[in-house]
Amino acid sequence: MSFSSRPILSMVLSRLGLGLLSLVIVSLVIFSAVALLPGSYASAILGQNATAEAVAAMEEQLGLNDPWFLRFLRWLGAAATGDMGMSFAGRPVMDVIGPRLVNTVVLAAITAAIAVPLSIALGIVCARYRGRFIDKFLSTTTLASISIPEFFVAYIVMMLLAVKLQLFPSMAGIRASMDWGDQLYRMVLPILTLLLVILAHMVRNTRAAILSVMASPYIEMARLKGEPESRVVMRQALPNAIGPIASVVALNLAYLISGVVVIEVVFVYPGIGQAMIDSVRNRDVPVIQACALIFAAAYIGFNLIADVISIVSNPRLLHPR
Amino acid sequence: MTHLSRLLAPGRRGFLAGLAVSAGTLALPRGALAQDTPKQGGTLRYAVNDGSQNETLDPAGWATVATGVAFNGALCNNLVELMPDGSVAGDLAESWTADDGAARWTFVLRKGVTFHDGRPFTAEDARQSMLHHMGEGSTSGALAIVDQIADVAVQGEDLVFTLKAGNADFPALLTDYHLSIFPARDGGGIDWQSGIGTGAFKLESFEPGIAISLVRNPAYHKPGLPHFDAVEIINIPDSTARLNALLTGEVDVIEDVDIRNIAMVEGNPDLKVVRTPSLRHLTFDMNCSVAPYDNPAVRKALKLAIDRDDIVQKVFLGEAEVGNDTPVARIMPLFAETPPQYAYDPEAARAILAEAGLDGVTVDLSVAESAFPGAVEAAVLFKEHAAKAGITVNVVNEADDGYWDNVWLKKPFNASDWYGRVTLDWLFATSYTSDSPWNNTGFSNARFDELHKAARTELDPAKRAALYAEMQQILHDDGGVITVAFVSWRLAMSSAIGHGVMGGVLPGDNHRAAERWWRLDA
Repeated sequence: MSFSSRPILSMVLSRLGLGLLSLVIVSLVIFSAVALLPGSYASAILGQNATAEAVAAMEEQLGLNDPWFLRFLRWLGAAATGDMGMSFAGRPVMDVIGPRLVNTVVLAAITAAIAVPLSIALGIVCARYRGRFIDKFLSTTTLASISIPEFFVAYIVMMLLAVKLQLFPSMAGIRASMDWGDQLYRMVLPILTLLLVILAHMVRNTRAAILSVMASPYIEMARLKGEPESRVVMRQALPNAIGPIASVVALNLAYLISGVVVIEVVFVYPGIGQAMIDSVRNRDVPVIQACALIFAAAYIGFNLIADVISIVSNPRLLHPR
Repeated sequence: MTHLSRLLAPGRRGFLAGLAVSAGTLALPRGALAQDTPKQGGTLRYAVNDGSQNETLDPAGWATVATGVAFNGALCNNLVELMPDGSVAGDLAESWTADDGAARWTFVLRKGVTFHDGRPFTAEDARQSMLHHMGEGSTSGALAIVDQIADVAVQGEDLVFTLKAGNADFPALLTDYHLSIFPARDGGGIDWQSGIGTGAFKLESFEPGIAISLVRNPAYHKPGLPHFDAVEIINIPDSTARLNALLTGEVDVIEDVDIRNIAMVEGNPDLKVVRTPSLRHLTFDMNCSVAPYDNPAVRKALKLAIDRDDIVQKVFLGEAEVGNDTPVARIMPLFAETPPQYAYDPEAARAILAEAGLDGVTVDLSVAESAFPGAVEAAVLFKEHAAKAGITVNVVNEADDGYWDNVWLKKPFNASDWYGRVTLDWLFATSYTSDSPWNNTGFSNARFDELHKAARTELDPAKRAALYAEMQQILHDDGGVITVAFVSWRLAMSSAIGHGVMGGVLPGDNHRAAERWWRLDA
């Protein structure tokens, strides 16, 4: 493996470099877009107390009178040294979003820990028993759950398990003061909803990836040699389908970090999506920027890992041409 | 619903009677009689809709219902308290006197009050709590109020305010929720960071935009209060999630229940809806200095060409009160009737225009859903009403985002959402005198300005009432405001929560829900 580690290293380094560039571009786009929005933090926060005098004083204090690209460069300089700055409300940005980021990561991690093995297993079952009842059943249900908007899934789950059966609380509003068991109990419904939403995608892609490999001549060869079908799927097909499966898993993990805002709103879960919405509403630029960076970094990071996995699982990709 | 709102309509006495009836019928069968005798104990879980991660303990930055109900109303006290009937009573101040034409105010402070950490409340604490909002570069939400103060000094054990000009309403202005009292720091300033006040509840935990928890202060200075052992203010921005939380018993009270869900809540014997008339009013504002609205005949015709009852029924499903084209709510102490009540009369509108030599008028009305909930629908109905009077109303659908920066105060005929002000003086000084900063109707009336100035320093109640009555009549007859509706605070709550008549100036029983309410099942 010593000769193959260097190409992986250089690939990872060049991807990281491109990733950093994307982060800068993403933050520039978001910064300028927020600057183009009408209204400012001062008028948003002062509301019906926003006299011209108070708005002017606040904008002066926040340095909002400088041109936006100057403010962007100042922000970029600080961010490069790891300083996310202060929210306009006067608290360090990391204090504002830190606890919410932890909540989001916990929710994503628990969901992923259940969803990834489960969906790959179900995908393999579907591929193994293609065309049989279990395959048709799983394909139909996953297709249905992928077609229903996530908030609707959330409301159905809530109506059945919280309102009718009253098994779980409708509100996942966890607090720092609650103990672990209580927090977990309150997270059941959002986890269940997210499972329904992302399982479908991953199961279908796992099944498709394995089936496309199953069409290869070498699978035919393995069958002709008399290998049992399960062994063909697990030993011959699955290793070559790992690349595409890793990509779809990466996409779904990134979604769990950055895309679950609707679930957060429905279940009143204090995650980072709500922090982003709150800060956009208030034009709290430092917080918006930090959230955007986290979201973009999640996508870039997970995709990078997926690429590394597919390359390691398929040495041909290490030697292009 | 309509039945109820009609009961609420005819003035303050009618409103009290209406509320008594509604409390009785809605709370049945459980505990309608027990409402009178508050019980001790239990927890109040109160869900708000506007919490923000930018919330702070710093009173200068309070802007949400969450901080209002939790910090202003439960953690702290002001020098004065805004009573449910809109009057002003002493709180940390016992009494006050005015001299120098209402320009010098001496407040006698209450003795024996302590902060949550045991240190005694002194005049210096009160002084620093005022100075916190004053001075160069202040960004306090109370800036417009403290701007009137030239000096605040401790004299013996009293607090003396010297104003830049006389203001007979000054004690009422001190009810502003930012002006809560915090302990003074050695060397100046206040210590808001530790979350220590004099209020009925002590701060237990504060997670901005998520929840605020408070526990009972056994040493509270008001005898017998508070009733709850603990209070939680929980932020649930989504209206469906908020209703679900109430239905599943996760919270006891929710702010701002959607009018489409009211029937469902009222159909549930464990829940009730409590409506409290507020100062909030929704308007279509004409700029009186811009053609064609500079013509009084056009303003009058437009006021007669809108069917307010139709809009209240169709857009607000009966959950609003018609106005009479002044910005003054009935619950304000100096409210005056301004006859005649404008009613839909397309023929009269057409006649007024004809008399002024106009054959029909075309106007552009700028609206957006963010102007006020239902603004677009109300404008479309207005267009239909006005067409019968030969008036063409072009409904201009403006962008939601940025409405308040690009349309409001800028377009000559626009929709506006006003939260009102605690005194008429302040209300008019904000938006109706010729030099007011938010003069959305471009109103400039010499007599109105003169009366405003005279009323400000008039201490005789009868004379004040007469001055303000004349001002309200001027706005009604000549102003550019079409008051589409006054709206109430709508709280949906568990039938297990007991309460008296609620104040409507601020949300949550004038922010003091935590100390005024109780649990019937405690």
